[in-house]
Amino acid sequence: MSVLVFADSTEGKFKKSAFEVVSYAKKVAEQLGSNVVAITINANNNEELYTYGAEKILSVTNDALSTFNAKKYASVIEQAASSVGASVVVLDSSIDTLHTAPLLAVALDAGYASNVVELPSSTAPFTVKRKAFSNKGFSNTVIATDNKIIGVAKNSYGVHENAVSGSTESFDAAIADSGVTSEKLERVTGKVTIADAEVVVSAGRGLKGPENWGMVEELADVLGAATACSKPVSDLGWRPHGEHVGQTGKPVASNLYIAIGISGAIQHLAGINASKVKVVINTDPEAPFFKAADYGIVGDAFEVVPKLIEKLKAFKQAS
Amino acid sequence: MKILVCISHVPDTTSKINFTEGDTKFDTNGVQFVINPYDEFSLTRAMWFKEKQGASVTVVNVGNATTEPTLRKALAIGADGAIRVNTDATDGLSVAKQLAEVVKNGGYDLVLAGRESIDYNGGMVPGMLAALVDFNFVNGCVGMEVDGTSVTAVREIDGGNETLSTSLPLVIGGQKGIVEEKDLRIPNMRGIMMARKKPLNVVEPVSAEDATSIQSFEKPAPKGAVKLIDADNVDELINLLHNEAKVI
Repeated sequence: MSVLVFADSTEGKFKKSAFEVVSYAKKVAEQLGSNVVAITINANNNEELYTYGAEKILSVTNDALSTFNAKKYASVIEQAASSVGASVVVLDSSIDTLHTAPLLAVALDAGYASNVVELPSSTAPFTVKRKAFSNKGFSNTVIATDNKIIGVAKNSYGVHENAVSGSTESFDAAIADSGVTSEKLERVTGKVTIADAEVVVSAGRGLKGPENWGMVEELADVLGAATACSKPVSDLGWRPHGEHVGQTGKPVASNLYIAIGISGAIQHLAGINASKVKVVINTDPEAPFFKAADYGIVGDAFEVVPKLIEKLKAFKQAS
Repeated sequence: MKILVCISHVPDTTSKINFTEGDTKFDTNGVQFVINPYDEFSLTRAMWFKEKQGASVTVVNVGNATTEPTLRKALAIGADGAIRVNTDATDGLSVAKQLAEVVKNGGYDLVLAGRESIDYNGGMVPGMLAALVDFNFVNGCVGMEVDGTSVTAVREIDGGNETLSTSLPLVIGGQKGIVEEKDLRIPNMRGIMMARKKPLNVVEPVSAEDATSIQSFEKPAPKGAVKLIDADNVDELINLLHNEAKVI
């Protein structure tokens, strides 16, 4: 009765979330008195997962899986779960995984808890805490089925080293017909994406127009951050929809979220609640965002942000 | 083309969230319920297909009688008929099994849903439904065209978009982009009057056990007060972020 964890990779390289879910799975396996088996697809350095507690790795190498495909990936993970008799499967919460996990749940007739933020508080009944109400609450959810799928929310558990001496074996999975074919990938390259970002710099209508985004991008560059925006800004077409953070936009679970000229509507706050440290720069001292923030500057973004960029550059050079 | 749109009945996005009965139930007191925003995008896309390409549009909700005003709103927006599966929606897999029964009985070609509901945020029902009825599936859809039974769909990926080719029958988990927010429709008086005459069929649920249950709810821990830093002293902010918060 192993715990199976899917360690996702891009172009052969593990995502940070892969180390997080393996760390998480290791602890779940300890709770259950079981071991961790990781399934990887076209990953180059499988042994990296030993550091986080993966005792056995099933390594799939197949050109038919070179592009993500939800049904094919679900089928491969299902075959791995069956092969090792896993009753618990742990996944991350990337866009691709959220596409895959429901298909896997049906294949395994498993209860699925997504957006899980902590280790199970109990294994009998199997109870996990998950985000609900768009980060405005949590639910302690019991998974009652024999097979269970846990989707760990990004940055919620963290990466923890727990080195083991593991072994890797190649795993031959039959590739399902998917009915869906990838025709074209359009990815903004060379920019940190919101999903992967440790730091997000976000701006709102307080910036007055798209022509003023240069300083936001410069601040993001200095911090190695992704840029984001509030909903009115994407609605006005100042920034692409993909940067819209909020209840119906992208959720952010970064370590640091800097909000510039965003008043903090309840829907926006719902999207950023999971970020650990929030900084707000706004001219209006009554802006609701100050109530949700850890640090705040009441001031004009056009004066504060350039100063912040200059000082951060000096700080980065000195450190 | 026969289209089914799955509708969740959720608290309005501005709702304050509270719990009751020893934090075991969501407190509906004073909460306005609406069509789940992600479903609303999908519903609007369905209306577009109806008007431009000819399609019938049925909306479905798994829920008790309190969800009917939300289904009536969807009818007022232009759906042709509505189905309510008469059981409380308490678990993603069991809801998907109820919807699968509706899909199998209705002979639908295209099922449009939102990628997740804004209350329980499970994000699982569209994919589970697709798997249960063996339809193709595209999640996080931000654009789609149908030509006969061929479909081109665009889905959001981390840092960009992916264009996919697929075919009917198909389940879509939609979001903003499948239509733009400015294209969402507000029911007009004629629509509201017509909605009263449209069929809202109540069907009894099939047997489906819940895979998950909610033991209790929690609210996030209260936050400490914000530390305000003088606008002329950004060095202090950098110092706090480095030494206190340890995030830079």
